[in-house]
Amino acid sequence: MTAIAPGTVPKASPRGSAARARMLRGLLPALSLALVLLAIAWLNPRAISYFGFNLMLNLAIPIALATIAQMFVIAGNELDLSIGTFVGFVGCVTATWLRDAPLIGILVLIGSIGVYALLGALIHLRNLPSIVVTLGMSFVWQGLAILILPKPGGKAPEWLLSIMSFKPPYVPFPILAALLIAAVVHFGLMRTSYGVILRGSGGNAAALRRAGWSLLKTKIVLFALTGLFGVLSGMALIGITTSADANIGNGYTLLSIAGVILGGGEFVGGRVSPIGAVIGALTLALAASPLLTFMHIPPDWQVAANGAILIIVLAARVLISRRER
Amino acid sequence: MKKLLVLSAFAAMLASGTALADTSGKKIAFSNNYAGNSWRQAMLDSYAIVTKKAVDDKIVAAADVFTTADKEVPTQAAQVQNLILQGYDAIVINAASPDALNGAIKQACDAGIVVVSFDGIVTEPCAYRVVVDFKDMGKQEVEQMAKFQPKGGNLLEIRGLAGTSIDEAIHAGILEGVSAHPEFKIVGSVTGDWDQTTAQKAVATILPSLPDIVGVVDQGGDGYGAAQAFAAAGKPRPTIIMGNRQDELKWWKEQKEKDGYKTWSASIAPGVSTLAFWVAQQVLDGRKDIPHDLLVPYLAFTQDDFEAALPKIKEGGVATHEYTQEEAIAAIKANIKQ
Repeated sequence: MTAIAPGTVPKASPRGSAARARMLRGLLPALSLALVLLAIAWLNPRAISYFGFNLMLNLAIPIALATIAQMFVIAGNELDLSIGTFVGFVGCVTATWLRDAPLIGILVLIGSIGVYALLGALIHLRNLPSIVVTLGMSFVWQGLAILILPKPGGKAPEWLLSIMSFKPPYVPFPILAALLIAAVVHFGLMRTSYGVILRGSGGNAAALRRAGWSLLKTKIVLFALTGLFGVLSGMALIGITTSADANIGNGYTLLSIAGVILGGGEFVGGRVSPIGAVIGALTLALAASPLLTFMHIPPDWQVAANGAILIIVLAARVLISRRER
Repeated sequence: MKKLLVLSAFAAMLASGTALADTSGKKIAFSNNYAGNSWRQAMLDSYAIVTKKAVDDKIVAAADVFTTADKEVPTQAAQVQNLILQGYDAIVINAASPDALNGAIKQACDAGIVVVSFDGIVTEPCAYRVVVDFKDMGKQEVEQMAKFQPKGGNLLEIRGLAGTSIDEAIHAGILEGVSAHPEFKIVGSVTGDWDQTTAQKAVATILPSLPDIVGVVDQGGDGYGAAQAFAAAGKPRPTIIMGNRQDELKWWKEQKEKDGYKTWSASIAPGVSTLAFWVAQQVLDGRKDIPHDLLVPYLAFTQDDFEAALPKIKEGGVATHEYTQEEAIAAIKANIKQ
């Protein structure tokens, strides 16, 4: 991720070691993904195939989208504790209204992105802690989801089902989707000038304000983008599961935060990496389920082992970023 | 024991006619979404006992248990997909959601895997469902109540976890029972979440506002809590239907010894997991005549037989019943006749 040519920096200088650490940090998400993949290949060679990747990774797409959503708020030094229940809410809308009355469904989904934008404005104008506001919103989304779908059920629209079960030649769909998501967001956030402003609002808000940029606007845009990717995540999830449940996304809140951090992001300072976040989400999805299933751990220990794997993967990331300081 | 096995194998052959497929090389996985209460623990224990023996007896090659870390649907969907990749021949599942796992279940069926769901069932048509007749259980509660309280009177209902199909079914059965017995009237309803502490709090809260209660109809796991609430409020002890939990039966025994207290107890046996296992084994055995929806009876105890069952239940546990292969075949047969 750094552009320093090898050999031009003396090894002993603190700058050089920081640069190497930064490069290591950039490579770490990819490295941990490769490690998890190697472990899976060793435990169950059958999984490393077109069919296998399709099965192992298709549920990683909604996680990757939710992680990107979380990444946008984290870029603005905020945290979204409602993304999980929001994904569940979107899922319920997708499995009911979007199928039966597409127009209402689309309006509700766009409206929910609008709600996210308003939340961004509220948090900025009243200077509220985002954790409190989004925690409150998580109950609102959950309540709305139960109102729409009191009992599990509903069905995904046909077009969504066919998108999510698309089988391109040679490369499994989840991998294509992950590449696409990473490329689009990377370009938007890292390569455009407004992307720099967005990240800057988390990095140095005071400087941005003095330069004449509206912090209100950046916050609204960041939250709206979170809403947008939350909607995409919920729709992708329902496209895979085929029907919805009001509690379907609850686990995504913490997974998405872990994904951002694993992917090289920081809670403060506007330091995030879209490519890292997508890789982080894939790693988490693979480490939490396939790896665990293939290891044949006794049932009493499985739940604890799941946590242990997450901690090990995240700890490696923290060790390296500490060296950087 | 060997003889029994030969016999059971013979019975299986007879029952299935032409089925001669050998299941000794087949692997059956159990996908479980939650292990955090006494009922689920008993379910896993029963399953382990029966499947360990089945593996030792070379009826199946492997019967592994997989429990997800959270109660989430996507986690279990991913787990099912990984079990497909692992090359299991059948998946026994207690599902986190009746509908939202259908995508993964369909993938398993398409891969030629037999899926048998129980307790938390799945609606995907290609899967098998082992269902307990909860509606009849609710109805039977009122029938039994009519025996103990022939004059009728006011009833308090304790509901289970809101939004679940089980709560709906038991509630519907109770309503049906009450309409068949107009001498009873439900004057109050609280949510007990199948949990003694929750039930105790809920009953204690509503009690002061209620007229005299002659009976409590509930869903199991809440009877002892209700009894505590009545005692604490100094109200006369009503007839409380029990739910096969160890603490409930123990309390019943104490009351019976004191003054001949009478009631009835029923619940779904956690060992129904073992029936699901045998159904999977039978389908792998080549049986084509097994209906996809299997109704099995609930486990009930009466005034005469509950004391015999009590010592067998672990402290804090639930009464259970582990199915043998013959019993499972008989249960399947009972469903074919219907």
